[in-house]
Amino acid sequence: MSSENKQILTTDGTPLEVSLKKAEKKNKIKAFLLVAPLLLFIIITYVFPIGDMLMRSVDDKMVTEMLPKTYKSMEIWDGEELPPEEVFEAFYFDFQKLIEEEREGKLSTQLNYTKNGFKSIIKKLRRKSKSFEEGNYKEQIMAVHKRWADVEYWRAIKRRAPAYTYQKYLKGMDMYENEKGEIVNVAEDRRVHRILWLRTLEIAFFVTVFCFLMAYPIAHLLATLPMKYSNLLMICVLLPFWTSLLVRTASWMILLQQQGIVNDFFVMIGLVSDDNRIEMMFNKTGSYVAMTQILLPFMVLPLYSVMKTISPSLMRAGKSLGGTPFIAFWKVYFPLTIPGIGAGCLLVFILAIGYYITPALVGGASGTLISNQIAFHMKSTLDWSFASAMGLMLLSGVLVIYWLYNKLVGIDNIKLG
Amino acid sequence: MALPKYTETHYRIWHYIYLTICAAVFFFLIAPLFVIFPLSFNAEEFLVFSDGMKRLDPDAFSLRWYQDMIYGTKNPWGLAAKNSFIIAIFATIGSVLLGTVAALGLSSRHMPYKGLIMAVLISPMIVPLIISGVAIFFFMAKAGLAATHTGIVLAHIVLGTPFVVITVTATLSGFDHSVTRAAASLGSNPVNTFMKITLPLILPGVISGGLFAFVTSFDEVVVVLFLAGLENTTIPIQMWTGLREQLSPTILAVATCLIVLSTLILVTAELLRRRSERLRGINQ
Repeated sequence: MSSENKQILTTDGTPLEVSLKKAEKKNKIKAFLLVAPLLLFIIITYVFPIGDMLMRSVDDKMVTEMLPKTYKSMEIWDGEELPPEEVFEAFYFDFQKLIEEEREGKLSTQLNYTKNGFKSIIKKLRRKSKSFEEGNYKEQIMAVHKRWADVEYWRAIKRRAPAYTYQKYLKGMDMYENEKGEIVNVAEDRRVHRILWLRTLEIAFFVTVFCFLMAYPIAHLLATLPMKYSNLLMICVLLPFWTSLLVRTASWMILLQQQGIVNDFFVMIGLVSDDNRIEMMFNKTGSYVAMTQILLPFMVLPLYSVMKTISPSLMRAGKSLGGTPFIAFWKVYFPLTIPGIGAGCLLVFILAIGYYITPALVGGASGTLISNQIAFHMKSTLDWSFASAMGLMLLSGVLVIYWLYNKLVGIDNIKLG
Repeated sequence: MALPKYTETHYRIWHYIYLTICAAVFFFLIAPLFVIFPLSFNAEEFLVFSDGMKRLDPDAFSLRWYQDMIYGTKNPWGLAAKNSFIIAIFATIGSVLLGTVAALGLSSRHMPYKGLIMAVLISPMIVPLIISGVAIFFFMAKAGLAATHTGIVLAHIVLGTPFVVITVTATLSGFDHSVTRAAASLGSNPVNTFMKITLPLILPGVISGGLFAFVTSFDEVVVVLFLAGLENTTIPIQMWTGLREQLSPTILAVATCLIVLSTLILVTAELLRRRSERLRGINQ
């Protein structure tokens, strides 16, 4: 009796298997429909805009659209010697159109990014081109300025032909593409971004370490104390957690200022003299201290929830089998808390790496992070494509840690108080 | 945590060192918040404890900064508080509605691609705020919603829903689905079952998610900095501006009010958490 000729049927005669599958599918659709509104909302207002950032960061259509004829005619030019007459002619007509639309200034700014020296020769060309005669544009343009007869400048124009570019990403890593198309580092004294990336990693790493060192003992205490005491102490962890970030930063600004309480205390115990107070704010120290305190609850909570599940009898068993309390702790207790350590450290690191508000207020020049640089380009230089590029570089780092977190801890296991 | 009598001396010493370390860390966590209280009652304009305050001289304390906060002529706190509450309330309603419904779907064992979808829905909580700020700003500018309340509310719904999704799915993880099946077998339709059976049981989770969403919106400054115009200023924006320019005692008065508010929210959240655990039969 094989299973094929002995199918189980439901009351209306369909095979059970088919009927079950149908029900299953219906349930799947039902569940998905519940999630759909939020998913759609997040995709439209959040995921797409991040995609838009990606487009902005590589978008280089501006010059391409300003010089359409030139780039068309440049397709046959090999870039070895000066371009042929057709290119000059096309460039002349593109340029005349830009003058009509009063956009030649934008072109000169854009080309100047690629190669210095375009600004003045475009201005000169604009003046002289009014009196150009028809035909033989090559001679006439080259006569305007000797740089127009320099093949390097034409190569620079050609380099802007593609509608997409990864220049902004290179800039974010203090690199650029030189005339020959090689990727090289910028001069040593102008490498600002690499310092920022390294500092961001450094601060995030040490803040994570400090948080871990401080959170471990108190999480242990909270997990082992009787409920009525631990509930009270838990408030000390949760109150900062629920308090506005700006309030907590403000309190550090008061504490760390030169006439502040911490300095008063140092003077009182004779650590420093009154006229030699330590500068703890507007530098790295400020970022470290404030960020550690602000992120500490995010380390305590996952550690606590793991430690809570460890039975105290395990430590007793370890001791009764001959281990000293230290060995019992190290060999039995500590390994059991590793999931909590992983969860806490990843969470704190991920939050620290993108911190903006606190470093901006107490970090000064030496304690700011990459986020501050992104905000600077968004608000001050208005180089939005560069801000987008740096944002995405930061995002890719965060997503790697997020993926790791999801693998190790599971995203639905995030503990919130 | 009394030590047993037979504990050897060096472990005893170590134990006291451990307790001291814990006390220091707790102090580090909570003490900074308490500096703000007394200084907000300072009669003088400086942000240090005056000699009078150290002597507890009553004349050294005053409510002038609170008066300034409420009645001050050029003070933007009134408008900011109004905006903050309006934005936070609408953002909370939006987050709770979308988040709770989504959590119901995510908790179903039939949900396809659960991990991936969950990761997408939680991402606004994980992605650095500065990146969210830039991305949402581009979107709102295109949609013509920059510098409007609507735009900020929508942005805060994005940032608030992860908290609702997490708390409600956590509550639903201990949910006994046989009660909804029982309701269905007794002739209740799904909507009725949800309103009468499921919602009352998961309500603590929903409310605590809502509190998270409220606080997220109420405290949020990075995204608002990109989106807000002069009309949409909020308390965090005003504090941010104040802290950057000049740390005035009025800010400390506002900060004190915020600490009181967060204490109230914390107490509510804790009571709800305990009630939820009791309801779900998790014994302490």
